[in-house]
Amino acid sequence: MSESKVSNKSNVKRQTQLGEVWTRLKKNKLAMTGVLIIIIMAIIAIFADFIAPYDYAEQNLSSSLQFPSKSHIFGTDEFGRDIFSRLIFGSRISLAVGFIAVGIAVIIGGILGSVAGFYGGVIDNFIMRCMDVLLSIPPILLSIAILAALGPGLMNLMIATGISAIPGYARIVRASVLSIKEQEFVEAARAVGSTDIRIIIKHIIPNCLAPLMVQATLGMASAILTAAGLSFIGLGIQPPTPEWGAMLSGGRGFIRDYPYITFFPGLAIAMTIFGLNVLGDGLRDALDPKLKN
Amino acid sequence: MNDQKNLLSIKNLTIHYKTGGNIVHAVDNLDLDLGHGETLGFVGETGAGKTTTALGIMGLIPNPPGKIINGQVFFKGEDLLKKKHKEMRSIRGKEIAMIFQDPMTSLDPVMNVGDQIAEMIRIHEQITKDKALEKAEVMLETVGIRKDRSKDYPHQFSGGMKQRVGIAIALACNPKLIIADEPTTALDVTIQAQVLELMKSLKEKYDTSMILITHDLGIVAEICDKVAIMYAGNVVEYSDKNSLYLNPLHPYTNGLFQSIPDIEKDVDKLNTIKGLAPDPTNLPKGCTFHPRCPKALPVCSEKKPDNVMVEPNHYVKCFLYN
Repeated sequence: MSESKVSNKSNVKRQTQLGEVWTRLKKNKLAMTGVLIIIIMAIIAIFADFIAPYDYAEQNLSSSLQFPSKSHIFGTDEFGRDIFSRLIFGSRISLAVGFIAVGIAVIIGGILGSVAGFYGGVIDNFIMRCMDVLLSIPPILLSIAILAALGPGLMNLMIATGISAIPGYARIVRASVLSIKEQEFVEAARAVGSTDIRIIIKHIIPNCLAPLMVQATLGMASAILTAAGLSFIGLGIQPPTPEWGAMLSGGRGFIRDYPYITFFPGLAIAMTIFGLNVLGDGLRDALDPKLKN
Repeated sequence: MNDQKNLLSIKNLTIHYKTGGNIVHAVDNLDLDLGHGETLGFVGETGAGKTTTALGIMGLIPNPPGKIINGQVFFKGEDLLKKKHKEMRSIRGKEIAMIFQDPMTSLDPVMNVGDQIAEMIRIHEQITKDKALEKAEVMLETVGIRKDRSKDYPHQFSGGMKQRVGIAIALACNPKLIIADEPTTALDVTIQAQVLELMKSLKEKYDTSMILITHDLGIVAEICDKVAIMYAGNVVEYSDKNSLYLNPLHPYTNGLFQSIPDIEKDVDKLNTIKGLAPDPTNLPKGCTFHPRCPKALPVCSEKKPDNVMVEPNHYVKCFLYN
């Protein structure tokens, strides 16, 4: 702790809990690599219009299936579209799907999990058995079923990916609520006259954010992967909107002669997933109070 | 015993816990009175039902497994056990506040202390967040913590300071009754003295009544007006402090006093009360203390003793004084 030079000020260094987590995260090189990847991806997605040299839907059949060159650094696909530009625009879709799908899952799963954990008994049983039903179907199959019912499209893709991830979050939140609600500060909150809802929102949820954040970061990776997979089989984003999974799928017929068509979208997916995963792992370590030193 | 004069009056309170197939008789037919501005020391062994009684008053018995079987808790002349949940919520904190045993766990680790005090104020008073925070800072200063620390989190405070924060929360809405559940057990001795001194002075300043749950007869001697000795879910002796300390009547109370080591004498073995506290799932018949009682009479194992008034304000449940 640094001694403050101003005598009438307190010399206790003030640091929010978030700041503390950040300090710990910074020590983890691998996690910082992940942060860097995510930041770069985010910048690319935000400024896609300025970075991409071509429009993502611009076809030029005379220059189709070109090997990477100066004018097309990642080459072109079978319609002569610039793969680099498509990848850059695709990052928007992938990040949006990742964020929104996980957002849907975290919010719904979080509410269900905290209500189940807090009240227990019949409510708990009912909610968690419903979650078990969802869990008994493989998530990719569940997403396919939902998409088949809703029809393809970006919004439906997010909903499908989100719904299939709900049980995981509900379980994690319920487990941490179960341990948190036994703590004395919850009883203390009751003793000051808090309502149940207030206790859940003000005390329980903030206390189980740590595992939730880790799961959300890792979950974003799997959501992007699921979305890519769904687009790969043609249920997700429809052409000409560029989506990494769909690009992968489009290039698979040319993989022997023009492997770069599939290589670069695959690389983009892999990099993003890698970044999110190491960030998630790093966050888990940084948020664990037992590893404070 | 007059209900009008007493702030709190408990009659025949019986609380059971159901665990497995057993019924735990945590509190059994308890009677208790507390006047305005008085401090009542609640003394007894672990498991005697002190905390359960406190939670019963607050209406916070965890249900299941706990259940209030029977009895009345009159607070300002109204039976708290008949109140609806919503009415109880507005009494908790505003009228009856609680100070918890372990300050390490009774504060929310992810909320700064200023917000925690302000939360109490905002639940019970219709004021803006800024006003509540200002008031919270005043409360912090009242308990001897600089107000610029209101943005700090509990882990940045020492144990004694956390307990001060706990006291600040309890006093924030100026309650009529404070229930302090072993507030100094988790603190070391020097800090204990400070915290007790603070509680005593604030109690007088805010003109509240207090129930102090403790194991420590020394603490009781220091700050209580009245004492209730609890054994196996019941109050066996209830008295003014002076009367009890000068003239302890119940054999259990005597046992407790004899167990206090004498600083002058050189002894190898400390005095104890023989035997163990009874299994609350299977209380002995008659007086619950009779298996351990050195002066047990034949009648003790057959009938439950009634409250006997030996002196004014000195009641004991024992056949020796019938």
